[in-house]
Amino acid sequence: MINLIKITKSFNTQKVLDELDLNIDPEKITVIIGQSGGGKSVLLKHIIGLIRPDSGQIIIDGIDISNLNDKKLNEVRKKFGMLFQDAALFDSMTVGENVAFPLNEHTRLSKKEVNKTVNEKLNLVGLKNVTHKMPSELSGGMRKRVGLARAIALDPKIVLFDEPTTGLDPIMRESVDELIVATQKRTKATFVIISHDIESAFTIAHKVAMLYQGKIVAVGTPDEIRSSNNSFVKRFIKDLRGQGSGIRD
Amino acid sequence: MIRFLEFAGRPLVFFVEECGRIMLLLLSTISWAFRPPFRFRIIFKQMEFVGVNSVGVVLITGAFTGMVLALQTYHGFKMFGGESLVGSTLALAMTRELGPVFTALMVTGRVGSAMAAELGTMKVTEQIDALNTMSVNPVQYLVMPRITAAILMLPVLTIISDFVGIVGGYFVGVNLLKINSGIFIAKIIDIVELDDIYNGLIKAAFFGLILSLVGCYKGIYTIGGAEGVGRATTQSVVLSSILIFISDYFLTAVMF
Ligand SMILES: Nc1ncnc2c1ncn2[C@@H]1O[C@H](COP(=O)(O)OP(=O)(O)OP(=O)(O)O)[C@@H](O)[C@H]1O
Ligand SMILES: [Mg+2]
Repeated sequence: MINLIKITKSFNTQKVLDELDLNIDPEKITVIIGQSGGGKSVLLKHIIGLIRPDSGQIIIDGIDISNLNDKKLNEVRKKFGMLFQDAALFDSMTVGENVAFPLNEHTRLSKKEVNKTVNEKLNLVGLKNVTHKMPSELSGGMRKRVGLARAIALDPKIVLFDEPTTGLDPIMRESVDELIVATQKRTKATFVIISHDIESAFTIAHKVAMLYQGKIVAVGTPDEIRSSNNSFVKRFIKDLRGQGSGIRD
Repeated sequence: MIRFLEFAGRPLVFFVEECGRIMLLLLSTISWAFRPPFRFRIIFKQMEFVGVNSVGVVLITGAFTGMVLALQTYHGFKMFGGESLVGSTLALAMTRELGPVFTALMVTGRVGSAMAAELGTMKVTEQIDALNTMSVNPVQYLVMPRITAAILMLPVLTIISDFVGIVGGYFVGVNLLKINSGIFIAKIIDIVELDDIYNGLIKAAFFGLILSLVGCYKGIYTIGGAEGVGRATTQSVVLSSILIFISDYFLTAVMF
C-alpha cells in the first residue's frame, strides 16, 4: 500500500535519507523509530508529498507521488490525515473550527452534521467543552489531541503521526498511546507513527522499523526486534533507551 | 575588477532571483484565482482588515498631508502672487501622487507587515504544511484572498485620502491663510481632470498588488522560527516600500 523505493534526500550537503527502502503494511500500525535529528520527520513528509525526494519513488496505492503535480497530489492526499509534531493547529481558528476545517473543505455536510462529527471526534480523543477555545488556551497534550481529532475527521485510510507522545507527561503519554491503538482498531486505517520512544513503540506497533543514518536498518514485529540477536539492533535499542530516558524525565 | 563585479553583483543576482520568485508566486496566484472554490468569505474578511481597519490612519495622514501642502505651496506661490493656484496644485499633487503613495506606504506598514508576520508564523509552525496535507492549496487559501483584497481596497482608501487631503488643504488655505474660497475651488475644478484621479487610483491598485504580494511572499518563504518571522516582516516593509517608489516613477512616466 505504501512503498518507499530508494529514497534519497539531501539538504545542501547533508544527506538525510540515503537510498531508503520501506514497505508499510495496510491496516496496521507501523512505528518508525530513530534518533533525534535522524530524519524521521523528513521521511514522514515524503510519504505525504510535503517534501520531494532527490531520487527514488513513493508509491501510494499504486501511484508514484514523487513527481505528481499539485492537483493530482491533492487528490492522493485526501486519503491521508496527519498529526504534526507540534500539532500545527490553525491559531486563528477555534478548536471546533480546526476539526471542522477538513469537513468544510471536502464534504457537503450541513452545519449541524459538521458539528456532530466535530463533537464525535473530540469525544473520541477524550476532549470535552473545548470547542470554543482557541488553540493558544490549550496545553500541549490537549493540542495534540485536537490535532489527532482533525487528522481523523474525514476517516482517512492512512494516518501519519509525527511524535504523538513527545513532550507529554507519562500518564498522558500512556493515554495517547491507548487512544492510538483504540482508534486504529476501530477505523482499520493504516497508521504510520514516528517516535524516538522505544517502549511506546513496542507497545503499540504491529511492526517496528528502525531508521539509522538515512536507511531502514531493521524491520519486524516488536517481538522479533526485541529478541533480535543482531548486535547492531541491540545497540540501537540500548542507545534509544538511554536517549529516551534522558528526554523523558 | 572581476572581484569587484562579484562583490557588487551578488546582491543584484539575489535581488533578481527574488523578483523572479515573486513573479512565480504572482502567476500561481492568478491561476488559482479562477479555480473554485472561490473564497469570498475570506476575501471579505481581508477587505475588512486591509480596508476598513486602515481608514483611521489614512484619514490622519491624508488630512495632514493636504494641510502641510497648502501651507508650503502658499508660501511659495505668495512670492509671485500666485496664491490662487494653491488649491489646484494641492489637488493635483494629492490625486496623482501623494494620495496613492502615502496611502500605500501606510498600508504597507500596517497590513503588508501583518501579512508577512501571520503567514510567516503559519509557515514556521507548520500550519502551511498542514493546509497542504488537507489538500488545500495555501496560495489559493491564503495568498489569493489577501492580494485580491489589497487590489480592491487600496483605490478606495486612496479616494478617502485624496478627499480629506483636499479638505484639509481647503481648511488651511481658506480658513487660516484667507485664500478666497471660490477661487480655491474653481481652480481645482478648472485644472484637475478626471484622468488625474483615475490614474492615481490605478497606481493605488498596483501598489496594493505590490504590498500584498511581497508580504505574502516573505511570509510563506519564512525560515528560522520567531527570529525568521521578525526578519520576514521587516524585509517585507522595506522591499514593498522600495518597489512602490520605483514603480511609482515608471507608472507616472507612462501615464502622464
Ligand atoms: N527544510 C529543511 N531544510 C534543511 N534542512 C532540514 C530541513 N528539514 C530537516 N532538515 C535537516 O534534516 C535533519 C533531519 O531532520 P528531521 O526533522 O527529520 O529530524 P527528526 O528525526 O524528526 O528529529 P526530531 O526527533 O528531533 O524531530 C536535521 O539535521 C535537519 O536539520
Ligand atoms: Mg521530527
